[in-house]
Amino acid sequence: MLNRRSLLQGATAGGAALALGGALRPRAARAGTLTIGFIYVGPKDDYGYNQAHAEAAAKLKTMPGIKIVEEEKVPETDDVEKTMQSMIELDGATLLFPTSFGYFDPYMLRVAKKYPKIQFRHCGGLWQKDKHPLNTGSYFGYIGMGQYLNGMAAGYASKSKKLGFVAAKPIPQVLLNINSFTLGARAVDPSITTQVIFTGDWSMPVKEAEATNSLADQGVDCVTMHVDGPKVVVQTAAGRSMYVCGYHADQSRLAPQKYLTGAEWDWITVYRMFVTDMQGGSPLPNFVRGGLAEHFVKMSPYGPAVTEAARKHIDAVKAEMMKGGFAVIKGPLRDNKGAAVVAAGTAYPETAIQLESMNYLVEGVVGSIS
Amino acid sequence: MTAIAQLGAAAAASPSAAAADRLYPLRRALETLGAPLAALLLAAAAFAVLLAALGKSPADFCALLWKGAFGTWFSWQNTLQRAAPLLLTALCVAVPAQLGLVIIGGEGALALGGLAATVAALPLVGAWTPFVQITMAIAGFAAGGLWIGITGLLRARRGVNETVASLVLSYIGIALFNHLVEGPLRDPASLNKPSTWGIGDANMIGPVPGTELHPGLAVGVIACVLCWVLIFRTSTGFAARVTGGNLRAAQLQGLPVARLIVLACMLGGGFAGLAGMMEVAAVNGRANASLLAGYGYSGILIAFLARHNPLAIIPMAVLLGGVGAAGGLLQRRMDLPDATVVVLQGFIFIAILASETLYGRFAWFQPRGKA
Repeated sequence: MLNRRSLLQGATAGGAALALGGALRPRAARAGTLTIGFIYVGPKDDYGYNQAHAEAAAKLKTMPGIKIVEEEKVPETDDVEKTMQSMIELDGATLLFPTSFGYFDPYMLRVAKKYPKIQFRHCGGLWQKDKHPLNTGSYFGYIGMGQYLNGMAAGYASKSKKLGFVAAKPIPQVLLNINSFTLGARAVDPSITTQVIFTGDWSMPVKEAEATNSLADQGVDCVTMHVDGPKVVVQTAAGRSMYVCGYHADQSRLAPQKYLTGAEWDWITVYRMFVTDMQGGSPLPNFVRGGLAEHFVKMSPYGPAVTEAARKHIDAVKAEMMKGGFAVIKGPLRDNKGAAVVAAGTAYPETAIQLESMNYLVEGVVGSIS
Repeated sequence: MTAIAQLGAAAAASPSAAAADRLYPLRRALETLGAPLAALLLAAAAFAVLLAALGKSPADFCALLWKGAFGTWFSWQNTLQRAAPLLLTALCVAVPAQLGLVIIGGEGALALGGLAATVAALPLVGAWTPFVQITMAIAGFAAGGLWIGITGLLRARRGVNETVASLVLSYIGIALFNHLVEGPLRDPASLNKPSTWGIGDANMIGPVPGTELHPGLAVGVIACVLCWVLIFRTSTGFAARVTGGNLRAAQLQGLPVARLIVLACMLGGGFAGLAGMMEVAAVNGRANASLLAGYGYSGILIAFLARHNPLAIIPMAVLLGGVGAAGGLLQRRMDLPDATVVVLQGFIFIAILASETLYGRFAWFQPRGKA
């Protein structure tokens, strides 16, 4: 097992490491080149959250004077601090996009304090002017209306009038998506219900498959989801002959016949804006948010199962949304335990702060938060 | 402890073979150093072949690995920071291993240790900082020790397989952790990332001045040295190793086998719990899913690489910390997938485990002269 040749090979490799290690200096950023670091919590090709960002990063690469460095599968621990510092120290990055929600506090904030000249923009909407450093900021999209349109498509496609939602955690963002999806479907047919299953975490492929199968067993014939990588849900649903509405990115390739439409992020809008500011020498905004109307969010092209009538109706509602000010959550609205949660005459457009502490499931959702 | 005391006296009194061959301890040390080194070189060579087959330059890989792990002061700090929790979680495996136990439940003990440390600190926010920190350390150690101690008790009293028991208890521990963090102990302000209340900035353990290194590294190194002394320089440690060598013989000698098993498990689990406490007190400031970073599982790998010798854990943790530290740079510069460093770790692991068979094969390393 151990002979002279393998020893020599090993020694050569080790020697090369020592010799080259000294020779390799930190690569100075070339004049005029902007180095941008992207950090993803999962794989870049997850058909989901991370892919949505990576696709935008790939589009950025075509802009002149830009170098992109990317790292995938970086956990939401102090690992991400090391990755950010490594990108700054060893790659010369001056603009960082840590894209996962849990990167912000305390990790990104700590690194930002250490490197006041580096710009950090985090995906998630957590930045507050009086609390956080000025070289940091947030960008996020309102995707609830996308889920509302998903719900409409599902409402038209469903025969059993039972929809399913595979969700990660019962946090406000996710609850808003579940409620929007349900309200969209019930706008088409008020007898529709949505069965929700929480898997407990952002990436639980086995539980997601189990949840999808159990929804199929309960007679659900159309599902959507809010998990980091929708691939498993989409494939499992299509395998069980259910229709499916996508989330995060376009999953139509995974289920060409069963995919209705999907609520996708359109991050290139945000990234192009930041990069243009950076290259032009103007200060970067600290807080940007937008929805369908601002092109932060887009819908996947309709699949073959969406009827002409459905397309017309959805397009009409979408056109209404594109004008701005559309409210999905509006009174009178009851939760699924019968309590009134929004009074008649009150409407919360997607920008409303009240939506960010949502803690209920609307009437028509089968399931509970606790 | 009388049986242990007798054993110690007997060991001290018996004329050893080493007395006749003064250079033997030196050669033995060379053997323990040489075998893993040879294995590392072999793993590097095999990995170089793999890289070449993928069309990537092994020389570039080595250069970047070096740069990312040890090439700059930043890289060194990165490596050492990653190594810090691994020192303690490796002890969770290495200490019970002296008794022949294979404990793989460090992750759960770490999580519960971190949680217990946080809970202990919460009512004390505002109190004298060292008091809070010491209370946290004790709570973390106790929770981790209790959790692995249950495994030890099941093994000692009921003969339950400790590997399976510790793994299953680890899952239960993590589920309990998640339940408490997302339920009763959740700070309502942590909307989208469930966490407990914070222990307060004043109670955080800061970095060593001038560096980014937190004292967890020093705690880990001291724990490794203390464990080495305990295992190789005390009669209790000797009794533990006798038990690990031959359980029946130890029982015949009248050694308190059951007590040793439970104690070793509690001690190991305590270290994992302490790692969790350090993660809360020096890094996260609160208990949340960030504690479940896989340190408990990496600790298993390191303990086996170190052949369960607490002193050897230190270089092995630094080595794997370095590989982890360089992983990002390799991904970014060479466009290698994230799994690359995991493959490299796998190569190292297999090579070092296989190198176990080298021990005792070469007569040159063996004692000479008449015993």
